[in-house]
Amino acid sequence: MSGFLAQVLNGVQYGLLLFLISSGLTLIFGVMGVINLAHGSLFMIGAYIAYVLTAAAAPLWLAVAAAVAGGAMFGVVLERVLFRHFRTREHLDQVLLTFALVLLFEEARSLLVDNDFHAVAVPAILDFSVPISADFSYSAYRIFVLVVCLLLAGLLFLLIERTRFGAMIRAAAVNQEMVQLMGLDVAKIQVAVFALGTGLAVLAGGLAAPLYSVYPGMGDGFLIVSFVIVVIGGIGSVSGAFWSALLIGLVDTLGKVLVPGIAGMAIYLLMALVLLWRPSGLFARGG
Amino acid sequence: MMGRPTLLLLGLALLAVFPWLAPNFYVGLGSTALVWAMFALSLQLLVGVTGLVSLGHGAFFGLAAYSIFFVTPESGGLSILLTLPLAVAVAAVAALVIGALALRTRGFFFLMVTLAFAQMVFFLFHDTHVAGGDDGVFVARPVLGLGDLVIQTTKKTRNLVGYYVNLGLLAAMYLVLAWLLRSLFGRVLTGIRINEHRMRALGFDTYRYKLLAFVIAGALAGVAGHQWVMNDGFVNPELVGWHRSAEALLMILVGGLGFLYGPVLGAIALTALGEVSQLVTERQLLVQGLFILAMVLVLPQGLAGIRLRRRSAAGETA
Repeated sequence: MSGFLAQVLNGVQYGLLLFLISSGLTLIFGVMGVINLAHGSLFMIGAYIAYVLTAAAAPLWLAVAAAVAGGAMFGVVLERVLFRHFRTREHLDQVLLTFALVLLFEEARSLLVDNDFHAVAVPAILDFSVPISADFSYSAYRIFVLVVCLLLAGLLFLLIERTRFGAMIRAAAVNQEMVQLMGLDVAKIQVAVFALGTGLAVLAGGLAAPLYSVYPGMGDGFLIVSFVIVVIGGIGSVSGAFWSALLIGLVDTLGKVLVPGIAGMAIYLLMALVLLWRPSGLFARGG
Repeated sequence: MMGRPTLLLLGLALLAVFPWLAPNFYVGLGSTALVWAMFALSLQLLVGVTGLVSLGHGAFFGLAAYSIFFVTPESGGLSILLTLPLAVAVAAVAALVIGALALRTRGFFFLMVTLAFAQMVFFLFHDTHVAGGDDGVFVARPVLGLGDLVIQTTKKTRNLVGYYVNLGLLAAMYLVLAWLLRSLFGRVLTGIRINEHRMRALGFDTYRYKLLAFVIAGALAGVAGHQWVMNDGFVNPELVGWHRSAEALLMILVGGLGFLYGPVLGAIALTALGEVSQLVTERQLLVQGLFILAMVLVLPQGLAGIRLRRRSAAGETA
């Protein structure tokens, strides 16, 4: 029973990390209409910055904060220099452009760091186990990550549903021209959303580093799963991304434990089911 | 889409003559380029003709290749007359299943779904150990012939024979697609690319047309996958990966999205480029990434597109 509980918690924690990545993805896609295959690379960048800085004796929280700040600024640069001009381009161009970014980021990582697998230490203050029941205790760091992700999810929800800026984001996701006609600066909204999405992905990477270690191509797996989450959750819907991320996290983790045979395929079968039943996503916003 | 018979025949002639001019290693490389050309050409039916950008096409390529492994005994290769239809059938069925689900979505959703399904197939081979898992496995190459009537190839002549088999299949594939394009089916697909709503308003069941295109494209990818095994004799999960599909997309872009022969041009150009760049540096990802950036930013119409622009400029000023 305690083993099962541990797996459930693992699944939730995995799902919440995925939520950070996929919420950025769905926002960027909803507001800008741009597909970004390099979103997983941002996750990797966050993880590697955390690794490099902690290896240089910086505390994890500082490393992650630096990564997020750098990541958000990098996001602004990317948006200004590349993505802004690619909004209206063909799908094929966007796919290839962001694929090129994936390759370049991998090469940059190879040049700046290396191609090896590296563990990242859990910060000392969180390096213990929290007793949950008589015979079961869970890693404090994982609980920390869980709590942080939930807080962020809550903040994101407040931002999007309860603030003026959030209303602008939601409006821009539905009809950009109208937003512009109403006198709002769509370009500013887009930069902000892109920086936000980038920052979230980088943050997820930094938080994930002690859990999954850092290695080449680590972003790929998370990216594709994030796509599955966006497809299941419905485009532009952050709350949809939240629930479907949790679902995916649990299905994947529990699936690997309960039915090892289909293991990695479980979430894709789930996606297939959703496509059969509700192609526009379980929580799609207004079509 | 424009076909230019003389240009194409010239190209075919060049390709046919190439093995006599080049050393054996390059014949093998050319043979690989032709397999890639077939793969990219099959994808062109989806991307260039119907406007469906898919990142999962590698799944059909890989499944066809792996299917040969599953039927081939350790003792030796089976007849191509058995393996080729099997490979194509496997790929077509997979395309039917995946397409039926994926085509319930549009645009970027479709892209993400095809990517996800390809990843699923990747895990199928990677995580299970049915066929060597991550490491891949050797496959006895299919033989040309049936029963006792076989064209024997030595290691020396294998490249040459393989090259011409690939060239023949590529030419046949091109002719089939060119014919399809001119048919009603092809025109509906083009119409769907330009404006799907209008086609629906005209009464066409676009889902069915797209699905049929998807299955045909998958089947043709199966041909390419089969030829990969004939060339290489080795399969691994990488064949299915989305990086491969993205490279095929690149070939289409480089050759020219609006031309049926674009992918062939692109495949040859990219294979050649790959060889040259490997001489210069080990940083292949860097070269690839920069090249793609340059292509997308500077030359999105592809190689075939350059010629077209020059011609029309000349036409307008004349």
